[in-house]
Amino acid sequence: MDIVGNVLPQVLKDEATEDKGEMARLQSFVGAIAVADLVKTTLGPKGMDKILKPTGPGQEMTHITVTNDGATILKSMYVENPAAKILIEISKTQDEEVGDGTTTVAVLAGELLREGEKLIQKRIHPQHVIAGWRIARDVALKRLRDISSENDINSQEFHDDLIKIARTTLSSKLITTDRDYFADLCVKAVLRLKGSSNLDYIQIIKLPGGTIRDSYLDDGFILKKQITIGCKRRIENAKILVANTAMDYDKIKIYGTKVKVNSMDKVAEIEAAEKEKMKHKVDKILKYQPTVFVNRQLIYNYPEQLLADSGITVIEHADFEGMERVAAATGAEILSTFDAPERAAQVLGHCDLIEEIMIGEEKMIKFSGCKKNEACTIVLRGASTHILDEVDRSIHDALCVLITTVKNRRVVWGGGNSEMQMAAACEEEAKKVQGKQAFAIEAFARALRQIPTIICDNGGYDSAELIQNFKVELQKGNQTCGLNMTDGTVGNMSELGVKECLRVKEQALMAASEAAELIMRVDDIVKCAPRKRERA
Amino acid sequence: MSLAFDDYGRPYIILRDQGSKKRMKGLEAYKSNILAAKAVANTLSSSLGPKGMDKMLVSPDGDVSVTNDGSIIVEKMEIQHPTAKLLVELSQSQDAEIGDGTTGVVVLAGKLLEQALTLLDKGNHPLKISDGFDRACDVAIKHLETISEEIDIQANEHEALIQAACTALGSKVVSKRKRELGKIAVTAVLDVADLARKDVNLDLIKIQTKTGGSVEDTRLISGILIDKDMSHPQMPKEVKEAKICLLTCPFEPPKPKTKHNINISSAEDYKKLYQQEQQYFVDMVKLVKDSGANIALCQWGFDDEANHLLLQNELPAVRWVSGTDVELIAMATGARIIPRFQEITPEKLGKAGSVKEVQFGTSNERMLVIENCQCTKAVTILIRGGSQMIVDEAKRSIHDAICVIRNLIKDNRIVYGGGSAELACAIQVLQYADEVSSVEQYAIRSFADALEGIPCCLADNCGLNPITSVAQAKSRQLQENNPRIGIDCMELGTTDMKEQRIYETLSSKKQQIQLATQVVKMILKIDDVIAPDDY
Repeated sequence: MDIVGNVLPQVLKDEATEDKGEMARLQSFVGAIAVADLVKTTLGPKGMDKILKPTGPGQEMTHITVTNDGATILKSMYVENPAAKILIEISKTQDEEVGDGTTTVAVLAGELLREGEKLIQKRIHPQHVIAGWRIARDVALKRLRDISSENDINSQEFHDDLIKIARTTLSSKLITTDRDYFADLCVKAVLRLKGSSNLDYIQIIKLPGGTIRDSYLDDGFILKKQITIGCKRRIENAKILVANTAMDYDKIKIYGTKVKVNSMDKVAEIEAAEKEKMKHKVDKILKYQPTVFVNRQLIYNYPEQLLADSGITVIEHADFEGMERVAAATGAEILSTFDAPERAAQVLGHCDLIEEIMIGEEKMIKFSGCKKNEACTIVLRGASTHILDEVDRSIHDALCVLITTVKNRRVVWGGGNSEMQMAAACEEEAKKVQGKQAFAIEAFARALRQIPTIICDNGGYDSAELIQNFKVELQKGNQTCGLNMTDGTVGNMSELGVKECLRVKEQALMAASEAAELIMRVDDIVKCAPRKRERA
Repeated sequence: MSLAFDDYGRPYIILRDQGSKKRMKGLEAYKSNILAAKAVANTLSSSLGPKGMDKMLVSPDGDVSVTNDGSIIVEKMEIQHPTAKLLVELSQSQDAEIGDGTTGVVVLAGKLLEQALTLLDKGNHPLKISDGFDRACDVAIKHLETISEEIDIQANEHEALIQAACTALGSKVVSKRKRELGKIAVTAVLDVADLARKDVNLDLIKIQTKTGGSVEDTRLISGILIDKDMSHPQMPKEVKEAKICLLTCPFEPPKPKTKHNINISSAEDYKKLYQQEQQYFVDMVKLVKDSGANIALCQWGFDDEANHLLLQNELPAVRWVSGTDVELIAMATGARIIPRFQEITPEKLGKAGSVKEVQFGTSNERMLVIENCQCTKAVTILIRGGSQMIVDEAKRSIHDAICVIRNLIKDNRIVYGGGSAELACAIQVLQYADEVSSVEQYAIRSFADALEGIPCCLADNCGLNPITSVAQAKSRQLQENNPRIGIDCMELGTTDMKEQRIYETLSSKKQQIQLATQVVKMILKIDDVIAPDDY
């Protein structure tokens, strides 16, 4: 009904809703802030973890996840609120783009909106708020780039930086006690890649048992498969043929083929022909003179036996990724036809030693001394699969950050230093700007400062006092000060060695402000009627 | 619902399922229709102008999109009211024809309907109103043409085009980078434009989106970007001086369309068939290789064996290239699309400077860039942004900007924005109303009022006082006889839109007024709505 009392005709479908103006804004603020509040306790070295429990029936649904990773938490939540969905979306993008800072980005966007809400209550138009945020963002970004430093890629300093960055990333995770060990491990793995950014070459194998400390980096390549029975368990100077071909029965791919015979003899003949075809194929493979044969698809007993008889070690059913890694590590070509044995030298991969090893209770195949020495394997051990999963995620985060750093090379001080510096830059700018945008710039500064504040709060320290001291310290010109989360004081980051990757901070700042802007601009939410699902 | 009753008050059954249908007629029908249409226009009105707000739309499956684009909003709202649906179509036809001004056209229609409602209340006949609107529309269009100016699109490194693109982008979420994006859009259009024929084939501009980075990272690639990678992980990642073989047949044994059966009845047959199959692959690859091609792009899949043969023959290949991409590559590289292996000849190959694989982010996603194509220049705009919603909205915004530039290349006449053109037309229509002696003059006057509604709405969205600012602008237009005075939305201190360089295309403005008037006339002609009850 409108004000005059006319009943408005129904424009949208049944069950569809439309919220306008204040109502719409309130709805999106509440949703976004709730999501940010949910993940904010995981922020920082003293952040807590969350248990995620899937809903629904079934065996696999009882598998819970314990994690500290913002993206993982947000991804697994089902939210209804559209603004909350936007926050989840940016967290995911952060994960894909740089791999770390997924919590920070959601929290920062949430804090921006919290500040934005206050400004709206003061009757400042959202467009003015956005205009202010844009100025603030540019200023913050400029300051962030100014305070970053760069080291030569081959220098010792850069290597130290990498270790420090890895330590910082890992310090908020479950493995914080062993972070030095893992930081070293991750840096070694990344440096093996020699600047390429292909994470596929670093394989992570998780095996329950032992303690986290028992995890190690293997410079060879480990394939989680077994060598077929009856083959040699140890091959030196291996020539490896990597294949993707059918070794079960080679069906004819010509369309519409059908076997139709009229006597039992003929069946036997065709069977023999089939067998001969397989034998033929094996013969062709043998011409390459490999010592090891790795196939992606499964291998039936007959060809397997033929190969084994010729003294070739057979590995079947290597998954696609594993196979690509084997090929990449050993410098082999993935073959599907075998008609050019003269190219054998070119297509065969090579490694010094292949052997079956036991890690914990499981048998695996280790390729060491590979031709291309880029690939490596991180073997993770731990008391339970939950711990292993979480360690895997943490290591993945650290590896992503390190790779980004290797590409970008610029680093900033951690411990909230960069956020405080950016906030200070925004506040300086706010003094120069005329008009109500200045309020928004100040608000932006406050939101940035919330990040170190939350880190303090999570550590159980007196955030109000610490942050003020921090501010004063910065004002004095101490560029490297930051939060010392072990003592609960303002410390010197260069002494503590807390560094972070610039690219992660940049991406978090930009994604968060873009998302906050997007939500701020909305003044109308239309929810369509949910699609009716037919119950099967 | 009943149409007629007999002496005892029992209804005659005239319509099928009469009892379950709803009927509205006469004034009630008019009002209901107008109110429904107005409700839609009201939703859109806050999106108008550089300070307009966005709408958040949740699809039936729960996906969220945030947009400022009028035609997308009304499309995704899933409107079911029949007359309100007319406005959806109105916005979409503006989008199809012009590509920009999709919000404005709905808002204008809303304002016209609002005026029509008052006129109806006063007892005017709907047809008289619609006639009046029609005449007023003609006057407004004529006036638009007189106040329009021709601009030199070449001058000053296409400055005018960039400004027009900026105007189109100004109202979107990407507005902070409107200048950069405007430039990208202008360069893209000019790259593919045929200035002699004043024609732009928009198919040659591909807009590819990728989340990650920020809107600033959006860039123009002078080539074609396709979201595919090489079919075999070990193929070379870059091909220089590429000779492209564009295939629409799979690297697989043939599958004749006629239904057939091959019966194997003896071992010899079996062997023969096997050999033939092997031969197929060898022949296929050989045919491609012999033509001199050094890269093959295929619309279909590859058999594992064929794939390896390609690798062995050092012939990089890409599979599952989408149909539209195949056509685009054909246009750009001058390749003929080859449907059969037997028909590959060297002259059917397309040529490009380089084809290379590029990688993004940590998640190992790769894309192929085809650069320096031989024939027409095809370009790709790669849009980046913090999340899927931003990227999607940026894509829509850039599409709008591209449309505006294309329209300017087709017809380089512009009018000034900021509501100035509407205001000038309103003044003209008002003068004309006094010359009309029949009843239509009321409708004509109302038309002028409706036109004024646009600057009003703009001012309102910008946080200015709508009545004072429109009154001021109007009186200045009359005093100075200057049709360029509008609303100072950006608070730059001047109301002269020429100084602010807010350009809008004449064709878009004309189309807006004409389309809006047409739809309003149509709605005004409906005096009876018969609908199923559950509406």
